[in-house]
Amino acid sequence: MQAGYIELSYWQVGAAAILILVNGAISMVLKLGLERRLVTAAVRTVVQLLLIGLVLQWVFSHARWYVVVAMMVVMAVVAGVAAVRRTDRRYPGIWLNAILSVWLSSWVITAAALFGIVDVDPWFKPQYAIPLLGMILGNTLNGISLGLDRLGEELTGRRSDVEGLLALGATRWEAARTPLSRAVRTGMIPIVNTMMVVGIVSLPGMMTGQLLAGVDPAQAVKYQVVIMFLIASGTALGTVGVVLLSYKRLFNHRHQFRYDLLKKA
Amino acid sequence: MSGTPPPTLLEADRITRRTPEGETLLEGVSLAVAAGERVGIEGPTGAGKSVLLRALSLLDPIEGGALEFRGSPLADGDVPAYRSRVAYLHQSPALVEGTVEENLRLPFALRIYRDRSFDRERVAELLGALGQEPSFLGKQKGDLSGGERQVTALVRLLQLAPEVLLLDEPTAALDPESTALAEELIVRWVEAGERAAVWVTHDPAQADRVATRRMRLARGRLTPAADHGRNGGEV
Repeated sequence: MQAGYIELSYWQVGAAAILILVNGAISMVLKLGLERRLVTAAVRTVVQLLLIGLVLQWVFSHARWYVVVAMMVVMAVVAGVAAVRRTDRRYPGIWLNAILSVWLSSWVITAAALFGIVDVDPWFKPQYAIPLLGMILGNTLNGISLGLDRLGEELTGRRSDVEGLLALGATRWEAARTPLSRAVRTGMIPIVNTMMVVGIVSLPGMMTGQLLAGVDPAQAVKYQVVIMFLIASGTALGTVGVVLLSYKRLFNHRHQFRYDLLKKA
Repeated sequence: MSGTPPPTLLEADRITRRTPEGETLLEGVSLAVAAGERVGIEGPTGAGKSVLLRALSLLDPIEGGALEFRGSPLADGDVPAYRSRVAYLHQSPALVEGTVEENLRLPFALRIYRDRSFDRERVAELLGALGQEPSFLGKQKGDLSGGERQVTALVRLLQLAPEVLLLDEPTAALDPESTALAEELIVRWVEAGERAAVWVTHDPAQADRVATRRMRLARGRLTPAADHGRNGGEV
């Protein structure tokens, strides 16, 4: 792709960074006590992005399938860990369940995009593989953490309902069905809401990025539409996956609800 | 019929329950319940009475011991059917949003009762025995008193005709009159077939009235309630 955009120098980046002083001034005038955190946040933004820039540059220049796959593994695992970190109630095995769900769902959907929909050649071309996976992961991780959180909440708040059903002779599936479907629903709602208003309330980040890079708006929109559906299906798969895996952990073959396994994080 | 002793319905053999932290909740509890029996279980708060009923209804995993129903151990897949025959009544039962009738219909949505259906006449009869008019069916869950919730849950179980009732203070929220009606209904219900009840109560007078055999649970150990004066110790 030809560079149809203005290349930024470090001076320009530095100039933007000075804008953090706006936040600092507000914090000082209103005595918000945020100065320290603002400095940390600003430094982290710069350092983290520079680092990932270096990593990406390296991956882009060593575009072998195993390099890209290794990067994709790291991304998926990090997303799984991040999903659990946002939850309030956890059970033994939740980390593995979240990592598995994020990993499988995001890879299946990314593969569908790389091999089928976008048909990238070679499939591991980092320019496509990394951002596609990244966008799917970011949203799937959100769905998974919301789903897990809601599941913990439902099973704690409605423990007596669940056990009441079990005591009546319900199977574990019958007893758990309502909390499970509520959790899946909660995980899927944000992306559905986003799809409802996309383009009206805000322009999605990827499309904006493409526009900045000088891509024809019609093309940018096509990409964005594809991405929205990839994200939606990835989130759905990931959320259902993690909720079902959690169900397997929390309800045993003897149709017992292992409430004792659910602990506050 | 005469001559043969009543069959043992439920048999717990040295059941042990511990918390994940290793605290013992039940220590080698054995209990055999024969048809026709109403076993009263007394004991101080925190003695493990509810834990015992939950263990008997297989709601919690047990760390030791075994449970048999009518002489057979239970495979994993048999557990829902077992729970439909050995019914546990929680002391503050969970009801779903909606009317009493909707709550009474709830079990029939479960697979285990797919061959049965809600029987309004039978339910009216049970409600009548507990001093409730048929109009009680239309009451909303939110308008029910604690006692009415217990009545609803008791009728919900009895309409399903289980064989063993595991009752956890089933009359704790009832007034004396309703308590007497509930006691009478349950006693009659046990006598009406090859049935039994395990009745947890903190009230010795109630145990006197309803139990054919009295046991005492203290610090997770179950003993015949012969040594009545001794108190189970701290709560």
